[in-house]
Amino acid sequence: MNKYTVINPHEPFRVLNTHVHNIDGIAKVTGRATYTFDVKLPGMLYGKILRSPHPHAKIVNIDFSKAMEIPGVIGVVTGKDTLGVKQGIWRRYNDLCDEQVLPIEKVRYIGEPVAAVAAVTEEIAEKALDYIEVEYEELPATFEPLDAIKKDAPEIHEGFERNINVTRHIEWGEVEEAFEEADYIREDWFKCGGQHHMCMETRAAVASYTPEGKLTVWTSTQSAYYHQALLAGVLGLKEGNVRVLAPYVGGGFGGKFELDAAQFCASVLSMKLYKPVKIIFTREEDFIASKRRTPMFYYTRTGVKKDGTFCAREAKVFTNGGAYTGMGATALYLTGFFHSFPYRWKGYRYDGYRVYTNTLPSTSMRGFGAPQAMWCSEQQIEWIAADLGLDPIEMRRKNSHHEGYIVPGQATIASCGIDQCYDEIRKWIDGKGKLPANRAIGLSACGFMSGGIFNWFDSPYSFSSAVVTVNNDGTVELHVGAQDIGQGSNTTMAIICAEALGVKVEDVKVHSGDTDHCPADLGAWGSRQTLMTGNATKMAAESAKKQLLEFAYAGAGLNIVYDLDIKDGWVHAIARPERGEPFVDLVKRATRGKDGQRIVGRGYYTPHRKGMISPAYSYMLQGVEVEVDEETGKIKLIDSMTAHDCGQPINHLGLIGQLEGAFSMAAGYGYLEYMPFEDGKMMNPNLVDYKMIKATEMPPANIAEIDTYEPEGPYGAKEAGEGLTNPTAAAIGNAIFHRFGIQMKECPVRPEMIVNALKEKAEADKGKK
Amino acid sequence: MEKKVITLSVNGVEYELYINPKTLLVEAIRDHIGLTGTKRGCETVSCGACTVMIDDMAVKSCSVLAIQADGRKITTSEGLEKNGELAPIQKAFLDEGSYQCGFCTSGMLMSSEALLRENPTPTEEQIREGIEGNICRCTGYNSIVRAVAAVAKGKYAEVKS
Repeated sequence: MNKYTVINPHEPFRVLNTHVHNIDGIAKVTGRATYTFDVKLPGMLYGKILRSPHPHAKIVNIDFSKAMEIPGVIGVVTGKDTLGVKQGIWRRYNDLCDEQVLPIEKVRYIGEPVAAVAAVTEEIAEKALDYIEVEYEELPATFEPLDAIKKDAPEIHEGFERNINVTRHIEWGEVEEAFEEADYIREDWFKCGGQHHMCMETRAAVASYTPEGKLTVWTSTQSAYYHQALLAGVLGLKEGNVRVLAPYVGGGFGGKFELDAAQFCASVLSMKLYKPVKIIFTREEDFIASKRRTPMFYYTRTGVKKDGTFCAREAKVFTNGGAYTGMGATALYLTGFFHSFPYRWKGYRYDGYRVYTNTLPSTSMRGFGAPQAMWCSEQQIEWIAADLGLDPIEMRRKNSHHEGYIVPGQATIASCGIDQCYDEIRKWIDGKGKLPANRAIGLSACGFMSGGIFNWFDSPYSFSSAVVTVNNDGTVELHVGAQDIGQGSNTTMAIICAEALGVKVEDVKVHSGDTDHCPADLGAWGSRQTLMTGNATKMAAESAKKQLLEFAYAGAGLNIVYDLDIKDGWVHAIARPERGEPFVDLVKRATRGKDGQRIVGRGYYTPHRKGMISPAYSYMLQGVEVEVDEETGKIKLIDSMTAHDCGQPINHLGLIGQLEGAFSMAAGYGYLEYMPFEDGKMMNPNLVDYKMIKATEMPPANIAEIDTYEPEGPYGAKEAGEGLTNPTAAAIGNAIFHRFGIQMKECPVRPEMIVNALKEKAEADKGKK
Repeated sequence: MEKKVITLSVNGVEYELYINPKTLLVEAIRDHIGLTGTKRGCETVSCGACTVMIDDMAVKSCSVLAIQADGRKITTSEGLEKNGELAPIQKAFLDEGSYQCGFCTSGMLMSSEALLRENPTPTEEQIREGIEGNICRCTGYNSIVRAVAAVAKGKYAEVKS
């Protein structure tokens, strides 16, 4: 069904890129893995959140006295019980810290929390919500960025003229001159939809505050450290007095590293009541009040020469920011950068405007602005190739990034396998021969970052840190702050540690997801962990190994030109591998030699002098075979192939899982996952009406892994978790274009849009005759 | 409403429960018995995270009342292994990496196991139909289909001595 090929494998490794089971696998397939959803503490109360029915309103008064009379209700909190701190994840910029999770003065979207109840059962807490009386003064509201930006639009946040929350400008080269060199210029407007993260585990937290003044929070998070810092900030606590525990996490996808209402309200209730409080969002709450992929309006203008050489591009983007900033400001930046990918432009200019509206806030989601950027870019490029009668693969190839290319002022490309990607996809297309009349293939290229360089969160700590401790029996403890949210980072780090130290994966125990015991790490977002935490882990393991080998050298009596190494738990001379001793024997000697101290290796990583965006970039080209019904407009995915350059693969099974999984989510963005709103209200906040890919709709997701070496990554690795969310929507759009000659400018593409476009086309064709 | 005493047989163990007749089977399993491998992901019987087997049939345990399962044989993901030895479908999930976050996994395993009990040699299409009611946001399903197919092909069949 699926083909997985490694091109040119050359693997001197013992553990890396071998078939290693996920180290959390047995816990997950036996039902032993416990999530925040499953946490139960003695004396625990259940919390529920009362949410605003209005998109924009002043809170005049909240009376919860009747709710307090209900037997079993223990406490209610409102914004008045909080410090009123306006928080945000861009902590370096005060004006972008704009969200009180329990607002005091006004609400800005339907579903915004206004009060929270704690009761002895969830049922009683739910009932109590009906007895809280909130008096609102409704305000005029605005829902779309192109309306909210108008002069007479309602003001959502004081002092933000025309509701413009953030702007971003990116430019390089002489843009006007470069456009003058072009023989052909094309401009298009696009609309990119939102998308919900739809984590199987909804937002969840259990908070427990005790009289020592210490708060412990179990939560479903992508970054335990971020939540430790954010909670400390809003609650007036020292970071060291907040412990965040992230047990198994039921998915994240970019939606779980901002402060959410489950975490905040559970904490505020617990601090008021001195009892543990658990809050789990219902699926509906999760849909209407836990953020989404940023919807965008995209204008893009591209100039090329007759022979297909790219000259210049300019883009203007208006994003629907929703009510608050969150991580949406970063999506505004990254969409503008990745809209240039993976091509060389003599002149490039991007102006992005993030606009506040009275809808649920939009934020980062897997791909982080790039799926929108590619939806527009890769379709327009396909249309340009068609307009000029050029081969779309060769036109892309001649303009692509290559190893050593410098994106002016932005990035240096140290590894790039896109050229081989074109060959692989060409082979796949050629192998298919002639397709049935109702099918067509669409292509899309892209690239993605391996972790962000920016530190708008203002962390004083290294981006990633790791500690490797070697026990006397040869087992190894690895402490990292990386967060395993299902992508397999625990396994990836165990593999890197085992490879670097020369032991078996099963001898490495990974400790993560606990701020009391693990070093700070920015967490699982922006495809950063394999490269950044991977580098820290490798450094820590190599440090431990070096300390151990000092004891081995001391007794070996080797000529100084000969080296010792450790592989598979065997300490040996590289030149005479049969001569050596078991790892555990060396460990025992070293421990005694250190007066009983365990060997500890430390590692850390923060990118330096790597440009503006990321230390390394993945590349990929995807082909999707699509069937479209002419009568109904119904889309069916038949087959797909992705040629993919993630540098050196580390976690073989994890890599396949990431690529297949990203494809399914990306396909959903292309044609299924529609989030309609009416007057600020989401119309399909449930799993009956919000459509995602199901098992019967998922096509083969074939992968050809291109072998490259990234000098900045651990063992040459770069990202694989997120980039593949980027190309698919555009590839589906391009297949529809090749099937019917119609250009879809809005995603997700719904059947009625295809039917309407075909009608318009038929009428236009009639007109021509 | 008056509470009732029922007996649920879960993973071969009999539990006597004194519960509100409105209690859903998933609530009885998770909250009353305390087996939390079975998850919940929606309120609309749409996601399949709570799937268990009643006798040999896959059932979304949020769609039936606990009293309806009184006296029936219920199996959850915790009941697949025997004395620390994983069932073939669990081994196949490990080998194929058929889970990521793991939140859908218990339900997915039960749908897969029930499918294989009903039809030990399903086609790929039948496997996909068998797990269509289970949402997995992480894997894109193909690794799950590979795992079920591997079990059907006998890869994990016990060697008879």
